[in-house]
Amino acid sequence: MSSVKKEKNLSTDLRYYISLSADKLQSKWKTIVIFIPFAWLLLFFLTPFFIVAKISLAELVITSPPFSKMIEWVDGGVITIRLVFDNFIYIFDDPLYARTYLNSVKIALISTFLALLIGYPIAYAIVRSKPVTKQLLLFAIILPFWTSFLLRVYAWMGLLADQGTINNILIYLGVTDTPIRLLYTEFAVYIGIVYTYLPFMILPLYANMEKLDGSLNEAAADLGSGPINTFFKITLPLSMPGIIAGSLLVFIPATGEYVIPDLLGGGNVQMIGRQLYNEFARNIDWPVASAVAIVLLLLLVLPMAVYQHYQAKAAEVK
Amino acid sequence: MVNVKTSSGSDALTDTKEISKDKPLLEIRGVSKKFGDFIAVNNVDLDIYQGELFCLLGGSGCGKTTLLRMLAGFEKPSSGQILIDSQDMSEVPPYKRPTNMMFQNYALFPHMTVEKNIAFGLEQDGLAKAEISDKIDSILKLVELQDYKKRRPQQLSGGQRQRVALARALVKQPKLLLLDEPLGALDKKLREQTQFELMNIQDKVGVTFVVVTHDQEEAMTLSTRIAVMDRGRFIQTGTPTEIYEYPRDRFVADFIGSANILDGKVVSNLEGIIKVSTYLGKFSFKSNSNISKGSNLYVGLRPEKISISRTSSKSTNITGYIDDIGYFGNTSRYKVRLDNDQIIDVTAQNQKRPKDEKDRLTYEDKVQLSWDNSSAMLLLK
Repeated sequence: MSSVKKEKNLSTDLRYYISLSADKLQSKWKTIVIFIPFAWLLLFFLTPFFIVAKISLAELVITSPPFSKMIEWVDGGVITIRLVFDNFIYIFDDPLYARTYLNSVKIALISTFLALLIGYPIAYAIVRSKPVTKQLLLFAIILPFWTSFLLRVYAWMGLLADQGTINNILIYLGVTDTPIRLLYTEFAVYIGIVYTYLPFMILPLYANMEKLDGSLNEAAADLGSGPINTFFKITLPLSMPGIIAGSLLVFIPATGEYVIPDLLGGGNVQMIGRQLYNEFARNIDWPVASAVAIVLLLLLVLPMAVYQHYQAKAAEVK
Repeated sequence: MVNVKTSSGSDALTDTKEISKDKPLLEIRGVSKKFGDFIAVNNVDLDIYQGELFCLLGGSGCGKTTLLRMLAGFEKPSSGQILIDSQDMSEVPPYKRPTNMMFQNYALFPHMTVEKNIAFGLEQDGLAKAEISDKIDSILKLVELQDYKKRRPQQLSGGQRQRVALARALVKQPKLLLLDEPLGALDKKLREQTQFELMNIQDKVGVTFVVVTHDQEEAMTLSTRIAVMDRGRFIQTGTPTEIYEYPRDRFVADFIGSANILDGKVVSNLEGIIKVSTYLGKFSFKSNSNISKGSNLYVGLRPEKISISRTSSKSTNITGYIDDIGYFGNTSRYKVRLDNDQIIDVTAQNQKRPKDEKDRLTYEDKVQLSWDNSSAMLLLK
C-alpha cells in the first residue's frame, strides 16, 4: 500500500519539476522575443526623441550644429549643465504659436471628421461586398500608396489651380466666368488632407467591421429593430474601436502635416508643421524648432495616453 | 406482426400533452430554397400547432437551419408560402414578424449588460420603462439569473449566456420561438440538465417552439414531434416514439438510434401482410402498402431489442460469438459474429453486478441471441 503511495508522490514531483523547467525555458524565450522590439524602439524612436528634447533646451549659437552644448567640461574637472527654457517661454509668449497650434488642431479635427464621414460608408460597403469585389476594392484603397505622395499633391495643384482642370470645366460649363479660387485656400488643404489620409481611416474601420458578428444584426432585427435603429444601437457602438483607431491615424499626422499646407495652402494657411520648417530651415533656429516639436508631441501624446488608460481599464473589466 | 405506418401524424402514440389541433399556428406550404444550383430546402410542407415543441432534426447541410431562417425572415423562400396564424409572411421583414429566434452562438450584444440585452426587444415595442423592468425581472427569475442583471455577456459562463439568449427571445412573448441548436455549445452534463429546463420553461410560458438540432437524443427528449430532414426534404414526421419504433426507411432507422439493417426480399404481399426473407429468417409485417413481390427492402432490428445469453432456450433465434465489447457502465454493447461472418449489434442492460470474471460475457464467448419478431422494422430503401 505505502509503496504505491510513494510511487505516486514521486511521479507527481517529477511532473512538477518538468513543468517548472518548461516554464523557465518559456519565460526566457519570452524575454528574448520582447527584447527585440524594445531595442528597436529604444534605438530608433527614444534616442532621436531625447536628442530633440536636448536641443530644445539649448541656446541658438552661430556654430555648427547651431546650438549650445548642454554638458561642458570646465577646467578643473567641473561639469556644468545648462538647461535653457527660453525657447518654451518664447513659444508660449508669442501668440503666433498658440494660434498656429490651434489652427492645426482645428484643421486636423475637421479633416478627421470629414474622413470619418466619407470613410465609414466606404468601409461598410467593402465589408458587405462579395469576396472578389472586396479584394478589388481593398486593392483600390491601397493603390494610391504606389505613387509618390508628393506627386499626388502636385496633381491636386494641377486640378485646383486657377487654370486647372476643375476651373476649366466649370468655365466650359458656364457655371462661372472667372476662375474660382481653389488653390492656396484652406479648402484646398482640407481636400489634400482628407484625400491623403482617407485610407488610414478606411483600413482600420474595415478591419474592425469585418470582425463584427453578422448574427448580431440579425438578432437586432429579430427583436424588432429596423435597419436604421440597428445601425445606431448595434453597428456604430461596436465599430467604435475602429472609429477611434482610424481617427487617431488621421488626426495625428494631419496635425503635424507640412507638405499639404505648404503646397496647397501656400502662405495662407498657418499650420504648425510649416512653422516648424520655417524655424528649422529658414531661421536656422534649431532650439526653437525642437521646442515646437516637443510641444506638438505633448499635445498629441497626452490625449492618447488618457485614451489608452481608459482602454486598458475597460479591457480589465472584460 | 407489425403495423407499419405509412402516413405520419397518427394519434396512437402522441404524448399526453394537450395540443390544440383546430388550426395550425404555422403552415409551411411547398417551400423551397435554392442558393444558385444548390437546393437547400426542397418543397417542404408542414403544419405546427399551438403549444408544440417541434424539432427539425438532420445532419449538417440538410437544410434545417435554412428552413428556420426562412421562418425568422432572414432568408426568402425561392417558392412556396409560410403562414403564421393564417398570415402570409412572404413580404414581412424579420423585425415585423411575430417570431423570435435564439441563435446558435446566442448573438448577445457584447456592449450591453444582461438587462440591456433583454430590454432591447421590449424597447422596440415602445413599452413603458416600468413595464420593461417588470418583464425583465420576471423573465430573469424564470431562467434563474436574477443576480446577473448588470453583467456583460463576456462575464457569463456558456450556460448562463444560453439562458440570457433564451430570456431575450422569450420576453417578447412571440407566437413562435425559433431555436437554432439551443444546447449545441454546452457540455454533455449541462446539456442534459438544460434539456429539461427548456421543456419546463416551454411548459410554463406555453409558447410554440421550433428547434433545430443535429442531436437525435436532444430531439427525442425535447420534442412533441420531430421532422427528420435529409438533403432538403422531410423524410419522416412524427412523435419521438413513432420515429424511433416505426422508422419509415433505412436513413431514419440509422439516424435515430442505431439498428441492425438486414437486406430483405419481399416473398409475398397478400391481404395486407408482407412477408420478407432475410438471412435471419422470415419476418412478416402488417401493411397496406403495395410493395410488389420480389422487391428489395430492409428489415431493421434495434440492438436493445435483442437479448443475449450463454444459455440456449426455446426462444433462441441464432447463435454467434462475441467479437467486440463496448462497456458503458449501465449498458454494454456487443458485436456478435454469426456463422456467415455477419455482425449483429446487441445492447444489454447491466442489471446485475457480475459476481466474478466468469460471470461476465467476454470475447469469443458462444452466445444465444433471441428477439421478438414483432420488434422488427420494415424499412423502405
